[in-house]
Amino acid sequence: MADSPSPSRARTTPGPARLPPDLADAARGGATLERFLHGLPGVDRVGLEQRAASLATRSVKKDAKLRAVDTAIGMVDLTTLEGADTAGKVRALAAKARNPDPQHVGAPPVAALCVYPDLVADAVAGLGDSGIGVASVATAFPSGRSTLRAKLAEVELAVDSGADEVDMVIDRAAFLSGRYAQVFDEIREVRAACGAAHLKVILETGELGTYDNVRRASWLALLAGADFVKTSTGKVAPAATLPVTHVLLQAVRDWRERTGQLRGVKPAGGIRTTKDAIRYLVAVHEVAGPEWLSPLLFRFGASGLLNDLLMQRRTQLDGHYSGPDYVAVDL
Amino acid sequence: MTEPSSDPWGYVPALESAELARLRDEYLLFVGGSFSDGSGERTTGVNPATTERLAGVPTTTESDVDRAVAAAEEAFRDRWSRLAGTERAKYLFRLGRLLQERTRELAVLETLDSGKPVKQAGDFDLPNAAAYFLYYAGWADKLDYAGFGPAPEPLGVSGQVLAWNFPLLTLACQVAPALACGNTVVIKPAETTPLSALVFAELCEQAGLPAGVVNVITGGAEIGDRLLTHPDVAKPVFTGSTEVGKRIQHRLAGTGKRPTLALGGNGTNIVFSDAAQEQAVQGVVDGAFFNQGNVCGAGSRLLVEESIAAEFVERVRDRVRTLRVGDPLDRNTDVGALNSAAELDRITRLVEAGEAEGAEKWTSPCALPGRGYFVAPTVFSGVQQSMRLAGEEIFGPVLSVLTFRTPQEAVGKADNTPYGLTAGVWTEKGSRALWTARQLRTGVVWANAFNGFDPTAPFGGNRESGSARTGGQAGLEAYLDV
Repeated sequence: MADSPSPSRARTTPGPARLPPDLADAARGGATLERFLHGLPGVDRVGLEQRAASLATRSVKKDAKLRAVDTAIGMVDLTTLEGADTAGKVRALAAKARNPDPQHVGAPPVAALCVYPDLVADAVAGLGDSGIGVASVATAFPSGRSTLRAKLAEVELAVDSGADEVDMVIDRAAFLSGRYAQVFDEIREVRAACGAAHLKVILETGELGTYDNVRRASWLALLAGADFVKTSTGKVAPAATLPVTHVLLQAVRDWRERTGQLRGVKPAGGIRTTKDAIRYLVAVHEVAGPEWLSPLLFRFGASGLLNDLLMQRRTQLDGHYSGPDYVAVDL
Repeated sequence: MTEPSSDPWGYVPALESAELARLRDEYLLFVGGSFSDGSGERTTGVNPATTERLAGVPTTTESDVDRAVAAAEEAFRDRWSRLAGTERAKYLFRLGRLLQERTRELAVLETLDSGKPVKQAGDFDLPNAAAYFLYYAGWADKLDYAGFGPAPEPLGVSGQVLAWNFPLLTLACQVAPALACGNTVVIKPAETTPLSALVFAELCEQAGLPAGVVNVITGGAEIGDRLLTHPDVAKPVFTGSTEVGKRIQHRLAGTGKRPTLALGGNGTNIVFSDAAQEQAVQGVVDGAFFNQGNVCGAGSRLLVEESIAAEFVERVRDRVRTLRVGDPLDRNTDVGALNSAAELDRITRLVEAGEAEGAEKWTSPCALPGRGYFVAPTVFSGVQQSMRLAGEEIFGPVLSVLTFRTPQEAVGKADNTPYGLTAGVWTEKGSRALWTARQLRTGVVWANAFNGFDPTAPFGGNRESGSARTGGQAGLEAYLDV
C-alpha cells in the first residue's frame, strides 16, 4: 500500500461518461431524472437490516485480521472538522498521517487528510511529497445552506489551495422537497469547479429518512458525476450505519454493471473501532466485491478510528495489547 | 461479477473447536429417567463433513419401544398429567434456560452430527429451540384460555419420530407443546442425527424432570413405525418425508388417532417486477440454500416475472457465488455438508435428471472440501412446469427458476404441486401481496421475507405437506383432547 501512487491523484473514472441510453436520459436532469429516480426498485428495510446484521457476524481473525487492519488504515481519511482547528492541529495530524506508527515498521500511511477549506494550504504543506491526499469539505458544510455562489467560492478556495479531493454536501432541503434537478445541477456545477480534484458527495443519510431516499440520492449523485458517494458529515446522528453503507455499495456495484465505471463509497461518522471497520470491509467485500477493497474506491471518514486500528495492529504483531498511551493522541 | 480467484482478501477459517461438543465415546438411551443400553447391536455415528466416527450409539428392538412407551404411560398416569400447569411450566422454563446455557456445546454437537454450519446451529437452531420451550412454558398454566373450553385434557403418550435436518429444533417444536399440555413423550431422533436428542435427555435429568416424562430411544425406520403405531401411543407425531408420512397415515386409519405429520414441501418464492430487488435476491438465496436446502419449507422454486427474469437470475447467481461452502465448524461457512452419502447420491441424480430434461444448469464455482458429503449450490434456469425439477421436493442446495407473466399464472404454477407448505411473495405493493397470499393453497406465506420462524406463529402445511400446526396458540390443539 505504501508504494502505491496517491489514491487521490489516480483518477479511477476515465474522461466524460458514455452512459447507456436510459442513464444518459436521466443524466439530462429535470423531469427525466425524477422519473428515473422514482423508477428505481425499492429497498425493503427489514431484509436490508437482516442482511447487514448477518454479514456482520463474519469472523475475521489472525492473518486475515492483520491484513484487514492494514487495509483499513490505508483507507482512512484522517479528519478534523472543528471550529477550533488551527494550522498547528493540522500539522500534527499531517505528521501522524504520514507515519501513523513510527515504532512499528510497515504501518501504511492513511489515504488522505480531511480539513476545512481555509486549512487546506496548511495540510498541503504538512504532507509535502508524501503522496497522501488532501481532502476538503466544502459547499457550506455541514448544513449546505447557502447560495450556490458561496458554495462554489468555497470549492474554489479548496481547490486553489491544493485540495485533491472535495467532500461536498448535497442540498437536503431541495432533495426532500423533490427538487432533484436542483440538487443534480448543483453537484454538476461543483464537479466542474473541482477540475482535476476528486468529488465526494455527502448525502447526509441521517437526514434522508428512508433507504429508498438513500438509494435515490446515491444514483442522483452518481449520475451527476460523483467519484464517491459518502454517507454523512459526522455532524448529524445517525451518521454511517452498515445498512446505509450497503445501499451505497449496491449503487456503485450496479453503476459499474451498467456503465463499466468504478465509483467509490465513503462511510463517515461513528466508526470508531477496528471491529466496526472490519464489518464495513466485509460488507465491501461481499456486497460490492473484492475490487472495492482499495483506497481508490473505499474510504473511512474518521478520526478516532485510526488509533484503535493502530492498537489492534500492535496487538496482532506483538501478541499483547499495549493501550492508548502508546499511540499519538489527537487533541 | 468477480471470480473468487481475484479475491485478495479471503477469510482465514474461524474454526469452532470440536471439543466444545464434549462428545462422549458412547451414548445411551434414556428410558424411565435412567440411561441404559438398547437391546440391539451398538453402532457408530458419523460426521458427514469428514465421514469420520463420532461416537458409539445404541440401537434398539421392539422391546425397547415397549419399555419406553410403558415408562411414558406410567409417568403420564401417575405424575405428569396430575401436576398443576404452573409446575409443568417450571420444568419447561428450566429446559429452555438449560438449552440457552449450553447453546455453544449443543450447536457444535449438532454441527458435528448433521453437517450444518455452526453459525446457523448457534444463531438459529439453538435460540429457536430454547424459544419454543420458553414460549410453551407460558401456556402450561393458561390452557383454560387457549380457546378450547375449560380444562382441556392432554392426550397421553406422544410418540415422536423426528427429522435429521433440524434435529434439536424439530424436537423442541413438538416436545415443548406436548409437555406443556400435560402429555409425556417418547422421542426417536433420526437415525443419522441422534446425538443432540440423547444430550437433551441429560438436560431433562438436570432439570429434575419426573422420570418417564421424556424418553429418548434410537433406531431406524422399523423402530419409528413401531413407535408411531404402538397401541399405547395416543398421539403419533412424525416429521420427515411425505412417503413415510403417507404410510403412517394408512397404518393409523380407523384407530381414531390424529397424527401430526410435518412432511415435505416444494416451496416457492414469487418475485414480482416491482419487488425490492436486492432483498428479494437475498430472500430467494436464503430460502433455497439455508441449511443446504434441507428444509421442509425450502424455497426450492423461484417464480419470477418474465420482464425482470434475466437480470434477476443473474443477480441470484452473483449472490450464490458469494456463499461459502465448506467445513461446517468454520464460523464463516454459509453452506455445510449434506447429511449422508445417500443424500448426496439422491441430489446428484436429481441434478442429472434436471440436465437431461433440458433445464439450464449453473453451479457455483466455489471450492469444495476434498472429503465429506458436499455439493456446490446449483441454480437451474429455464425449468418448465412439466419437469421433475418443478414438481418434486428437492431437499438440497438446488434452486429451480421458472417465469410467469401475470399474478394468476404465478399462483397457478406455485400451487401446481402436491405439496403446500411455504411461499414467499415479493412485491412493494401491499394489496398484491395480500391477494397472492390469499390465493395460494399453502400453509405459510411470507410477504417480502422467507424462513421467518417464530414459536409464537403457527407453522404447517396442507395437502401432502402434512397436517396440524406447530407453534403459537394453534400449536396447542395437536396435543389436547379437543
